[in-house]
Amino acid sequence: MTTTKKISSEPVIEVQDLVAHYGSREVLHGINLSIHDGEIMVIMGGSGSGKSTVLRHMLGLNTPSSGAVKLLGQDITRITSKEIDILRRNIGVSFQGGALFNSMTVGENIILPLREHTQLDEKTMQIMCRMKLELVSLAGFEDLMPAQLSGGMVKRAALARAIIMDPKLLFFDEPSAGLDPVVSAELDELILRIRQAMKTTIVVVTHELDSTFRIADRITVLDEGNVLMVGTVDEVRNSKNKRIMDLLGRRVREIKIDAEEYLNRLTGEQVRETG
Amino acid sequence: MGELRAVTYKITQHAGYSVVHLKGDVDLSTSPIARKLILECIEAKHSVLVDLSEVAYIDSSGVASLVEGYQLAKTNGVEFGLVNVSQAALDVLQLARLDTVFPIHASLDDLSKVMR
Repeated sequence: MTTTKKISSEPVIEVQDLVAHYGSREVLHGINLSIHDGEIMVIMGGSGSGKSTVLRHMLGLNTPSSGAVKLLGQDITRITSKEIDILRRNIGVSFQGGALFNSMTVGENIILPLREHTQLDEKTMQIMCRMKLELVSLAGFEDLMPAQLSGGMVKRAALARAIIMDPKLLFFDEPSAGLDPVVSAELDELILRIRQAMKTTIVVVTHELDSTFRIADRITVLDEGNVLMVGTVDEVRNSKNKRIMDLLGRRVREIKIDAEEYLNRLTGEQVRETG
Repeated sequence: MGELRAVTYKITQHAGYSVVHLKGDVDLSTSPIARKLILECIEAKHSVLVDLSEVAYIDSSGVASLVEGYQLAKTNGVEFGLVNVSQAALDVLQLARLDTVFPIHASLDDLSKVMR
C-alpha cells in the first residue's frame, strides 16, 4: 500500500482551548488541535476519553462552554446558521450508526445532499450515486431500503452519502466498529484512496489501533478530556507515556483511589474540604 | 474561449474529432456547463475528445458528465475519448476505476497511442 503524505502547512481545522460540559461536569478541559489540508488525523482514546465529544463540537452539533472551532477558516461557534449551512456543503460525515433515513431507499439517501444543495441534472446525480456505491462495494444496492442491509453495508452506504458531494473535510465516527477485519481493512484502504484522489482532509475518531496505524498521518491521543499527545504513528507507538502505553498495550489502567472521596461518592456525601 | 466561474473551455477540431478543452476546476458549480458542451457535440453526431491537460480538479459531478457523454456517444454511434489527462484528473478516474473504462489517449498528436 502506498500513501501520499505530502501535507500542506495550512490548517483547515483548528480547535482552540475547547472546554465542554455535560451538565455541570466538565468533559473537555481545554483541547487544542490543528489539522492540515490533506491530512488524515486520527483521534483515539478509550471510552470516555472525550473523542466523540470533540467530534460533535467539530461538527457544530454541540456548543462549547468556551473556546473556538474553526473549519476552513470560519469559527463555527460564532457564525450564523445560514453560514454554517453553506459551510456544511464542504463537510461529509459518516456516523457510527449510519444515520440513514429508513423511509428512503439507499440511493435516495445518498443523493439527498445533492438534491438539497445543487442544481445538477437528475441523470448526473444518478451516475454520481452509482459511482459512490461502486466505490464502497455496494453496486446495485440503490433500490434497497436501509433495513434490508447488514450493519457493515449500512456503514458503507453512509460513507457513500458522506462523500457524494466530494467534501473538503470528511469526518468518520468509529468507521471500523462492527465490521469484520477484511471489510475494515478495505474501508481503511478506501479512506486512503479518497484522500489521495480528492485531497480530502479526513478526521477519524476511533479506538481501533490496527486501523489507526494503517491510515493516520498523525494521531491525537485523548484521555479523560485532555490531549495526551499529538504525533505521527511512530511517535505514538514509541511514546514512553504510561497512559499511552496502556492504551496501545490494551492494559487495564491503574485507577488511584482516594478512599475518602470514593466513600463520599458512594454515599452521595459532599467531599469535605481538608486542611 | 468561453468562461465559467472556475473553468474555461474551448472547442477545436482535430482529425475528425470535436475536441473539448477544459481548463481549471470542474466541480459541482461548473460541471453542468462542461456536460452541456460535451452532450451538444455528441448530439450533433460528432466524435468527441475531452482534453483534460489543464484540469486542476475534477469532482464526481465532472466525472459523471464524462460517463454520460461516453454512454451517449455509444448510443449515437460516434467515438468518445479523453486526451492529455492531467494527473489530478487521472487520480479521480482511478479512484472510480474509470481509467479502465474510458478510451484515454496520450496526446492529440498521436491518437493511435491509446493509454487504455
